[in-house]
Amino acid sequence: MANTEPLLLKVDRLSMAFSGLLAVDDVSFNAYNKNITAIIGPNGAGKTTVFNCLTGFYRPLSGIMLLYHGEKRFDLQRMKDFRIAQKAKVARTFQNIRLFPNMSVLENLVVAQHNALMRASWFTVGGLMGFRSYKNKEKEVIELAKYWLTRTDLVEYADLPAGNLSYGAQRKLEITRAMCMEPVLLCLDEPAAGLNPAESSDLCELLLFIKENHRVGILLIEHDMSVVMGISDYIVVLDYGKKIAEGPPESIRENPAVIAAYLGEEE
Amino acid sequence: MIQRQKQNNFNKELKDALLTALITFALTVLLFGVRTVQQPGKLGIETRWSWVILSVIAAFFGRLFFVFCTGLINNKGSYFQGVADNITKIGGTVKILTTVILVLTAILLPLLPFSDRYVIDIATLVLTYIMLGWGLNIVVGLAGLLDLGYVAFYAVGSYSFALLAHYHDLSFWVCLPFAGLFAAMFGVILGFPVLRLRGDYLAIVTLGFGEIIRVILLNWYQFTGGPDGISGIPRPAFFGLEFKRIPPEGTASFHTFFSIEYSSLHRIIFLYYLILLMAFITNLFVIRLRKLPIGRAWEALREDETACRSIGINPTNTKLTAFALGAMFAGFAGSFFASRQGFISPESFTFTESAIILAIVVLGGMGSQIGVVIASIVLIGATEFFRELEEFRMLVFGALMVAIMIWKPKGLISHRAPTVRLHT
Repeated sequence: MANTEPLLLKVDRLSMAFSGLLAVDDVSFNAYNKNITAIIGPNGAGKTTVFNCLTGFYRPLSGIMLLYHGEKRFDLQRMKDFRIAQKAKVARTFQNIRLFPNMSVLENLVVAQHNALMRASWFTVGGLMGFRSYKNKEKEVIELAKYWLTRTDLVEYADLPAGNLSYGAQRKLEITRAMCMEPVLLCLDEPAAGLNPAESSDLCELLLFIKENHRVGILLIEHDMSVVMGISDYIVVLDYGKKIAEGPPESIRENPAVIAAYLGEEE
Repeated sequence: MIQRQKQNNFNKELKDALLTALITFALTVLLFGVRTVQQPGKLGIETRWSWVILSVIAAFFGRLFFVFCTGLINNKGSYFQGVADNITKIGGTVKILTTVILVLTAILLPLLPFSDRYVIDIATLVLTYIMLGWGLNIVVGLAGLLDLGYVAFYAVGSYSFALLAHYHDLSFWVCLPFAGLFAAMFGVILGFPVLRLRGDYLAIVTLGFGEIIRVILLNWYQFTGGPDGISGIPRPAFFGLEFKRIPPEGTASFHTFFSIEYSSLHRIIFLYYLILLMAFITNLFVIRLRKLPIGRAWEALREDETACRSIGINPTNTKLTAFALGAMFAGFAGSFFASRQGFISPESFTFTESAIILAIVVLGGMGSQIGVVIASIVLIGATEFFRELEEFRMLVFGALMVAIMIWKPKGLISHRAPTVRLHT
């Protein structure tokens, strides 16, 4: 089923080492548009390292990561972190929430459109003079933010500092901020960590909504198996930096190598 | 029952006030009470018990009044918090009124009956610091880059104007944009090496940068005049009209043009309005910038740099613009300073100046524009007005800082209004 949509991301023989320790070892996988691809594995398997390589926070030791964006192709391994977000339109969230706590919820979302707003304000000069083009663009951005806030039920908190929100709301806001970048690839690093079951199912609904209604591929790192098995189309399993299995959820559930990695092998 | 409670409270308050009076006595008995004086042939002691008694009485009743007003004696735990909240209310709800009063006072100040040369001079000084504070607010308050060498840009602005005037005979108005430009350039020069640094490390490097500039000015004798400084810096003219008693042949002076009696006060008042205008423009600029994408990017950078990278904000450009724009305003203020004094030397640009400007921004409340105004008035104005206290002046300065930091650890105005709102 994954093949019906165009290829979005091709990771080929990716390796990353920290002073001799191979954290990611020769990992290859593909991700497709309008698909949720989950990366799972026990603690320390190198999942977050893969994300950090994809988003440019780490420079990989070897391997290529290609992002297909219509006609265009981006070599992610050669790009700087903020360029990946700006040009290749890869958005991410963090394991420990990284919002701008003293700025209001709405401001957090408006900042996500920084580059578009910068261009519209003629790199501040036009904005200082109060050009109409900037004002219109700002309105547009606020409308986009409002759309996502309504979607995530955060509209009533729009003018409060983001740091005042509850933990679950902050998690949602971080995803909302990433979506306000209008990304083609959304990387979520343990979005369900610390959420209660109700919030978890809320999150699943949101992710399915994004998948259905927006042209975006989702990469998901998650430990909560009910989330992973419930919503992902394809699963990649890592252990000690190596890929040990991949396939649709049904096949992963029964894969002996995966069971061994999670539960230990039988003597 | 309630009667007894009240009685009990009153006893508590009385005890509290007595304790305050006791502390005041202990503090003042030696500081105010005795004083050494020169007597023929020996050093004598003069007593001033009346001062001690007056301060003890003032402390006792002041404290009693304070405690009554705030009614805080019951919730001892949050004593300072209660006071702080009251001040916040003043900052939050009456903010517009405060602003209007401040602006009106500023505009009408030279016309007020008590305004003599001295008052206007102090006001000019306070406004210079307000302008510097607003400039530094971009770097420290918005972008969150702790800059301990801000005075370097002030020096660059002053010296660019002074040197241009000295070597090329250019006037204040021609040099003003250049001074800002040079300072902004130095801001970028400083910005580049410190891009990777944050917090304490950044503070140390900027501190070093400030000293480097001062030492260069001090030692480059042939060009800057070293410790002798530069004198004879031209004064700013009012649309080409100078403020001279006897204008040079063929030109008009301010008083001859308007056919009024010559007064040396004219120039003082003109300088006052000049810095008021410059500060006002700075303020408008910074308020405007804060609501533009660049301002939001600065604030986002202060909050979390990693998150900024993840949403595509270029941290290099963002930091450099903050340094450059902050430095530019210091440059403008610097060239005003040079022009007002008529003489500058490296002495005027020591680390103490940086520290005072930073103190103004921090005490005012990081990122708050009106906070800077209040902090400048309190720190600069109050220390100038307390000049009669002589050696106790710095004591007052220190006490003020301690008091503000105890009551308002986040600065006088810590309230932050969002730059865009969804619900009005």
